Amino acid sequence: MLIKKPNDIASSEITPKSSYINRRSFITGAVAAGAALAGGLYLRNLSDFDATPSTVQAAGAKLSGIVKSPFSTSEKPNTFKDITSYNNYYEFSTDKYEPNGLAAGFRTRPWTVALEGMVKKPKRLDIDAVLKLSALEERIYRHRCVEGWSMVIPWVGIPLSAIIKAADPLPSAKFVAFETVTAPDQMPNQKRSVLDWPYVEGLRMDEAMHPLAILAVGLYDEVLPNVDGAPLRLVVPWKYGFKGAKAIVKISFTDKMPPTTWNKMAANEYGFYSNVNPDKDHPRWSQKTERRIGEGLFAPKHPTQMFNGYGAQVASLYSGMDLQKNY
Amino acid sequence: MKPLPDKYVRALKVPVFLACLGPLGWLVWKQTHDLLGANPVEVITRSTGKWTLVFLLITLGITPVRKLAGVSWLIKYRRMLGLFAFFYGSLHLTTYLWLDKFFDVQAMLHDIAKRKFITAGMTAWFCMLPLAVTSTTGWIRRMGGKRWQMLHRLIYLSATAGVVHFIWLVKADLRRPLIFGSILSLLLLYRVIVWLQARSRTQASASLARSA
Repeated sequence: MLIKKPNDIASSEITPKSSYINRRSFITGAVAAGAALAGGLYLRNLSDFDATPSTVQAAGAKLSGIVKSPFSTSEKPNTFKDITSYNNYYEFSTDKYEPNGLAAGFRTRPWTVALEGMVKKPKRLDIDAVLKLSALEERIYRHRCVEGWSMVIPWVGIPLSAIIKAADPLPSAKFVAFETVTAPDQMPNQKRSVLDWPYVEGLRMDEAMHPLAILAVGLYDEVLPNVDGAPLRLVVPWKYGFKGAKAIVKISFTDKMPPTTWNKMAANEYGFYSNVNPDKDHPRWSQKTERRIGEGLFAPKHPTQMFNGYGAQVASLYSGMDLQKNY
Repeated sequence: MKPLPDKYVRALKVPVFLACLGPLGWLVWKQTHDLLGANPVEVITRSTGKWTLVFLLITLGITPVRKLAGVSWLIKYRRMLGLFAFFYGSLHLTTYLWLDKFFDVQAMLHDIAKRKFITAGMTAWFCMLPLAVTSTTGWIRRMGGKRWQMLHRLIYLSATAGVVHFIWLVKADLRRPLIFGSILSLLLLYRVIVWLQARSRTQASASLARSA
């Protein structure tokens, strides 16, 4: 892992005060979770238990060796509280305020990610091996939900390309498909047909290899909270938030455009690409503007930017394509 | 059941009125204590929308409950409850016009034309408007009971449009809107049964008159 450069901005400078307060309760929780984990392992008499940060990955644990990224925005990030209390996670609830509580006990260890499909050799990677594929980077990204609200989120993650390289796909692979865990015993809505479970998402290979696309494993220098998709969550900042599959257990490679959950639910509303596009009207919400979470009741909305403001980096991926048709 | 003396009916109006203001009070309290969460506008929109439907259904429930349970004095509260449906509906609409659209007329017209759930919601509110205006005793007198009653059947359309508005805006998981939908269906079914009974009675008396 890389050593922080001395001129890096201290995390305290971008962390709103309220999240410090919040963080204390998280640390308490982490200590409790760590103790529970340690106790459980002790009872199972596992002598090789090694309490390093990479094995104790309870939500709230600090991540170390995070490097800054030139891809980060200088906009003010949302508070830890807003990011963790307001979130769509349909496996837990269709209400954005509920997943935080419902996901609290979600088990993120042990966790393996299957890499399969059009690859040289299918393999299963332990989450801790995934974390070591590349240096952890802080990526402060704009996040635009298709519902017309947005946040600025200080993710910690690795480039998606790192795991794709590790998967070693065949040259014939043109798309990458992501699959969320199936765990109805832990995810109450998976017992009902709210959506067609498991949640699946996909990217074209060139989109997936783009340096802006990451797999998030942390938030605000901490292990990714369960509510935001721990232990591994896709973040593609120029697309609507629902493209970011959470709690990923499978990444597969294919030569056909893979099915995606919301597209199966309502194809006229959610396309495969789902790039943020203020000029492509959505049947439910105008995409021209967005409400920035945390700005209060009377704050005016912001104009939504093409590709969520990442056009300079990603527009070339779509040159020559009709984005009204390929939405 | 014995009729409730007028003085009690009147005295009860104050607590009923205050209870009806409860949902608004709760929102104001939460806003002033910074408890409306990450997206207060969304919370206000949903809460006022939900209470509009609740008050519409309560208003529609007055007649069946009066008739079936024999509590005829309930009618004394119907106007107040109906006006509260209009009140919360107007707050709901204002939240949309102001805090969502910031009175951008073009964006609103586009929304109304393009998004069918907005069309349905607007229909629901516009159907309530003449009912609120003509809710006074003066208007009943001016219009005459029969015509007033005819006009006020618009509440069936308003409540139906309101529930459709809710169903259409939900992305997935229709449980909540369908609860409102089933209650509304029962309340409308009651009207259909009463109407069918009344029709068969008039037909019976008509045939009786013919055979005489």
